[in-house]
Amino acid sequence: MSTLRIFNGRIIDPANGRDEKAELWIRDGVIIETPADGAKADEEIDAKGRIIAPGLIDIHVHFREPGQSHKETIGTGSQAAAAGGFTSVVCMPNTSPAADNAGTITLIREKAATSSIVNIFTTGAITKGLAGQELAPYNAMVGAGIVALTDDGHCVQNHEVMRRAVEYARMFGLVVLDHCQDYSLVGGGVMNEGEWSLRLGLPGWPRIGEEIIVMRNILLAELCDSPIHCQHISSGGSVRLIREARARGVKISGEVCPHHIALTDDRLQTFDSNYKMNPPLRTERDIEAIIGGIADGTLDILCSDHAPHAKYEKEVELDQAPFGILGLETEFGLFSDILVHKKKAIDINRLIELYTVKPAKLLSLDRGTLSVGAKGDVTLIDPDLEWVYDKEQSPSLSRNTPFHGTEMKGRAVQTIVAGKTVWSL
Amino acid sequence: MSGWTRKDLLGLDELSAEELRIILDTAKAFKGVGERSLKKVPALRGHTMVNFFVEPSTRTRTSFELAAMRLSADVVNISATASSLQKGESLKDTALNLEALRADIIVLRHSSAGASRFLAERLQASIINAGDGAHEHPTQGLLDIFTMIEKRGSLEGAEVAIIGDILFSRVARSNIYALNKLGAKVTLVGPSTLVPKAFEKLGVKVAHRIDDILETADVVNLLRIQHERQRKEYFPGIGEYIKLFGLTKARAERLKPGCLIMHPGPINRGVEIDSDVADGDQSVILEQVTNGLAVRMAVLYLCAGGVGLPS
Repeated sequence: MSTLRIFNGRIIDPANGRDEKAELWIRDGVIIETPADGAKADEEIDAKGRIIAPGLIDIHVHFREPGQSHKETIGTGSQAAAAGGFTSVVCMPNTSPAADNAGTITLIREKAATSSIVNIFTTGAITKGLAGQELAPYNAMVGAGIVALTDDGHCVQNHEVMRRAVEYARMFGLVVLDHCQDYSLVGGGVMNEGEWSLRLGLPGWPRIGEEIIVMRNILLAELCDSPIHCQHISSGGSVRLIREARARGVKISGEVCPHHIALTDDRLQTFDSNYKMNPPLRTERDIEAIIGGIADGTLDILCSDHAPHAKYEKEVELDQAPFGILGLETEFGLFSDILVHKKKAIDINRLIELYTVKPAKLLSLDRGTLSVGAKGDVTLIDPDLEWVYDKEQSPSLSRNTPFHGTEMKGRAVQTIVAGKTVWSL
Repeated sequence: MSGWTRKDLLGLDELSAEELRIILDTAKAFKGVGERSLKKVPALRGHTMVNFFVEPSTRTRTSFELAAMRLSADVVNISATASSLQKGESLKDTALNLEALRADIIVLRHSSAGASRFLAERLQASIINAGDGAHEHPTQGLLDIFTMIEKRGSLEGAEVAIIGDILFSRVARSNIYALNKLGAKVTLVGPSTLVPKAFEKLGVKVAHRIDDILETADVVNLLRIQHERQRKEYFPGIGEYIKLFGLTKARAERLKPGCLIMHPGPINRGVEIDSDVADGDQSVILEQVTNGLAVRMAVLYLCAGGVGLPS
């Protein structure tokens, strides 16, 4: 038996509506009632007045194992997660081979058990080989432990296939996470279609390529009465569609990545592939709409889309470079800086809610709260710490980030998984 | 020459009006050289220029080659099929190898926008953009403008119409950026799919009827309709294009007498331009080619820091 006492901090536990100065006690990896005064713990952590929050959850990361371990492994990815304050992550299935069967998912979970320092949750593919044609074996994948379905990186184009996937998933209580991209409208687009794509002569990725699939998903969620979650919303128009549908009670939700509110498409004028991600950076108008959506609760999931790529893969002609950037270490700082400090769109309590109870609820994870009996996953947060990101210090195997040298306000300072500190500043 | 500090020419968007004028003035001096019986000057003697054309081209490649020869530089030509890119080598590695061979100037034609900037940021050698995707083709823009100024004098207030497939045209972009800086008024003309209204944000007018510009234009610059790059959803076919936007004889007659007819080539006779119109008095299409040589000599000379400008 081993006990941990975290004292001298401010507990913010949105799942229970708590915001108070209190101690947090964990015994054998599980949160327990705070004992009477004078009790002694085996280990003590002085929170130094900072926030004691439930461990942060990122439901959208790519850890590249199996198949592309030169970009990232589950081990190095988990270290990057811990360094960003995350105790749980949800891995996307676009590995090589794809996580579209129980065997691959079991392999990922076994690898996670031996190499990860945070909780790894896995998703299974909607369709075999992420090819958008035939349903993957959901029952077998549920047996192997998946928490959701997604073809992320790809998008099921055939509406009939998507309809049956959502209907079939409903039987297992699985949420379908969708990367919203209409292939015919997007074509070979590499950046937002607009003034800057015209200036630079780069193929445009129009907003409507996302919006039309968001709309499709709204209609399917309504038809099937089953939840669909729209990943990495980049267009202001998508926010409006989701807001209207949620007001009607449709089971539709959306998530936001920090780069989509931190950067705009004019960055591409340097042709730097660290500004190339999918969906692409858009404009101030989109940023305002997305922040508005976060402020009014339309969008209630935040995530990174952590997508490591090796330097030699990214260092090519822009239209040939892979999409995606790192994100786990910078996402909390960026959202805190932009949403809480600069735009004052939400407060720190709400930010923690969006990173804990909201994702836990969406995917039915037994995480995201400091309730007695819950897993002892805790993140200590200094909401006012000013810091600068240095990518060279990253535990990730990759360095593809546009946020090297970016100043931010607010940071996780210690990450505790099941009562054990896995990272501290 | 005073005022020129760049090692590369990547595009006209990033140049100031003053820098444009330096190139044009230098080109004027070199044009004189081309009219002598002895056409060679020693300005780049000992320099090595690599013509690195990952995308096919005859006219631009030949023009750069001749320009370098007239400046006494040594020239090597590399095409896509002859390069290691075919064997899977990256653009960066191919370029580093060229630099290891001590190339002083690399002229790059590439299908990806930004490819020349990519090299310029990584190599010591001067990089000259000979066309990067749909982004820029700065020496074509410069030779177009050189020709306009030679024929008309100043471009201040000149009405320049660029007609055709603007969306996919690097020539159009380089023209737009430079013409705006030199005070011309640019109108883009073409189908609404290939000339989206959003181009107005670049400081130009957009028109979808060729009639709108025929009587007011001082210059019409016709772009080739690029079959190989065209996706057929942009317009229904060549027949309809000719009807709407082709510079037919009847339309050419409505142009102002002094209006220049230009085309970057290669022309499709009977498509964007009537055959007789292409050969007519107002056409300066072949003069553009001649001027291209002088402009490219000027660009090579300035970027490589050559000496001994002809008086």
